[in-house]
Amino acid sequence: MILNKLEYRIKNTEYRIMKLDNSKQFLEGSHAVAEIIKLIKPAVVAAYPITPQTHIVEDLAKMKASGEGGFEYINTESEFAAASLLLGASATGVRTYTATCSQGLLLMTEVLFNIAGMRLPVVITCANRAVSAPINIWNDQQDAVTIRDAGWLMLYGETNQEIIDLHLLAYKLAETLRLPVMVNMDGFVLTHTYEPVLMPGQEQINKFLPPYKPAIGTYLDVKNPVTLGSLATPDSYMEIRKQLAQDIYLSSDLIKKYHTDFKKVFGRSIGDNGLVEEYKTKDAEVILVAMGSVCGTIKDAIDEMRERKQKVGLLKIISFRPFADEEVIKHLAKAKYIAVVDKSISLGSEGVLATEIKRAAYNQTKAKIQSFIVGLGGRDVTKEMIEQIIFDIKKDKTNKMHFISCTD
Amino acid sequence: MQKYKNPNQHLIAPGHTACPGCGQLMSARLVLDACGSKTIIANATGCLEVTTTKYPTSSWKVPWVHSLFENPSAVASGILAALKQKGLDKEITVLAQGGDGSTFDIGFGLISGMWERKENILYVCYNTEVYSNTGYQASGATPLDANTTTTPPDKKSMGNAFIRKNMGEIAIAHGCVYVAQTTCGYPADIINKVKKALTFTGPKYLEILTTCIPGWGVENEMAVQMGKLAHKTGIYPVFEYYDDEYHVMKIPGEPLKVDEYLKLHKRFKHLFGNERGKEAIKQIQNIADKNIEKYNLK
Repeated sequence: MILNKLEYRIKNTEYRIMKLDNSKQFLEGSHAVAEIIKLIKPAVVAAYPITPQTHIVEDLAKMKASGEGGFEYINTESEFAAASLLLGASATGVRTYTATCSQGLLLMTEVLFNIAGMRLPVVITCANRAVSAPINIWNDQQDAVTIRDAGWLMLYGETNQEIIDLHLLAYKLAETLRLPVMVNMDGFVLTHTYEPVLMPGQEQINKFLPPYKPAIGTYLDVKNPVTLGSLATPDSYMEIRKQLAQDIYLSSDLIKKYHTDFKKVFGRSIGDNGLVEEYKTKDAEVILVAMGSVCGTIKDAIDEMRERKQKVGLLKIISFRPFADEEVIKHLAKAKYIAVVDKSISLGSEGVLATEIKRAAYNQTKAKIQSFIVGLGGRDVTKEMIEQIIFDIKKDKTNKMHFISCTD
Repeated sequence: MQKYKNPNQHLIAPGHTACPGCGQLMSARLVLDACGSKTIIANATGCLEVTTTKYPTSSWKVPWVHSLFENPSAVASGILAALKQKGLDKEITVLAQGGDGSTFDIGFGLISGMWERKENILYVCYNTEVYSNTGYQASGATPLDANTTTTPPDKKSMGNAFIRKNMGEIAIAHGCVYVAQTTCGYPADIINKVKKALTFTGPKYLEILTTCIPGWGVENEMAVQMGKLAHKTGIYPVFEYYDDEYHVMKIPGEPLKVDEYLKLHKRFKHLFGNERGKEAIKQIQNIADKNIEKYNLK
């Protein structure tokens, strides 16, 4: 099935041609992440080992065992401990890494808020998966969106190449802004799928992401003692939180800037600018909005619909936090219909991305904006479902959320 | 010889906001002075944290970090891992510390993980036998029959229904290289135990019974006296354990009866002047007698 998709893409010259040239490796998504992390050279890697874990940390453990990876590798007794351990290491002024998802991410929640509030540049990979109950280990995006308010930058990749590249961007942003960054990749769909990827060389990486040297007086150091994580009373708490909110919001500009640098060093882009990617939206009557690997399926569906002269396009959200309102609206304003495709749901409301788009679009467009829920708990999302969404948004007189391919 | 340090020479500066006569602050100052300036501290949420670090001030003259209530152990593991990568782990002491709520209850799993990893970290628990910072709720370290805000004595209650966890023994069972218990009644012993602990490489656990003036309901000047009485009654054994052996601080003379200790606390007031209380005190005496026998305190 994977090969069929590849062949299709190779045949389809309108789409990005994916030649399997010599410089590319054919890697499993998890392994590709482990490889890029090895090259990024964190000083400390901590991990809780089991599902919802991925091969990422197993590969890193192998690299540590063989001497290929020079980092400290620490197995912890829970994801909560893994995140806490990275907090301590990061506060001591070194580069850190872990991966998790689903229940593991939720168990980390208290620490995730803390890491952001303490302005520590921790980077984690979240291999997005469903959240219990019912217990389900398969892909959707409920886990990460649930902690969207924690103060992390949240980036979503469509392909394993983008995931590799986003990790480089993530560390660059984290260490400049002193903010944590989460790279989101769809569990199984990306983590367990082999794709051809271009692994950057060490020299290129060093050029874009030099070794981490935090400013003196910002980390735990016996020569320059600091107190971190102190108590803030009503006199100061609000100002500190405001500063955090503003820094995250304004980081959109920095993402664009570093994306330009990224292009110069590596010769390729992550979407249009590291924030979003538009696909055939210019004349589109209907624009779908989505994040993650489902964008690949949507692009294929769009290509087929375009052959039938249907004016359909896609806006892919790469940066969910910060949410780049202007970049998003720029592409959506002229559409008649905006169908937001979510692999998650804010129970009692609607798709999480849908509410975000409605907020950003307020007074900016006359388009009908509707929420469509797909692929919860690992249900396959097909091109037919995408066509169904296009059909539904035009036909439905209401604005209600739709569950696609889900029996009542 | 200078008997007392100038307050500004301590590594915890004066000016914190703890209660007058607090047993924990005094003990923490002794611990840190014994560790020295080449120490990095990971501190749990609690009295020690909130009374010393009100933003933008700090009482700490060494690098100090607070993250959450339950994770100073894992944060300390992270500090140690970072120091290893920097080649500084041999020259810097990593000290994790928290109260009994953090240690016995909410942070218990993470402490077990830290000990399992055999990391060279000194963990100090300041045991006030109650959640002091939040208004005296019962913890896993609260003694039998103590009156706390979550174990109020009344017609159908004698106070806390449980005998406290024995964290010292739990630490020994984990294979910690050095385990010790002492009280804020013995300042010199605190210093000696910290110094002794730091001669070992590996996981080390020191528990200090520290009087909580308002939580126990005792007078401001009684912290040291209460620490001594807890030892002299056998209620709180003072010992070290290393190289597979216990080294015990013997009770001088005959052990005192537990009511000599209990009657001074407001938290045990309900045990006096009634028959039910008499029975309860007998049970507490029994616990103390068992301690005396088990640890050979006489």
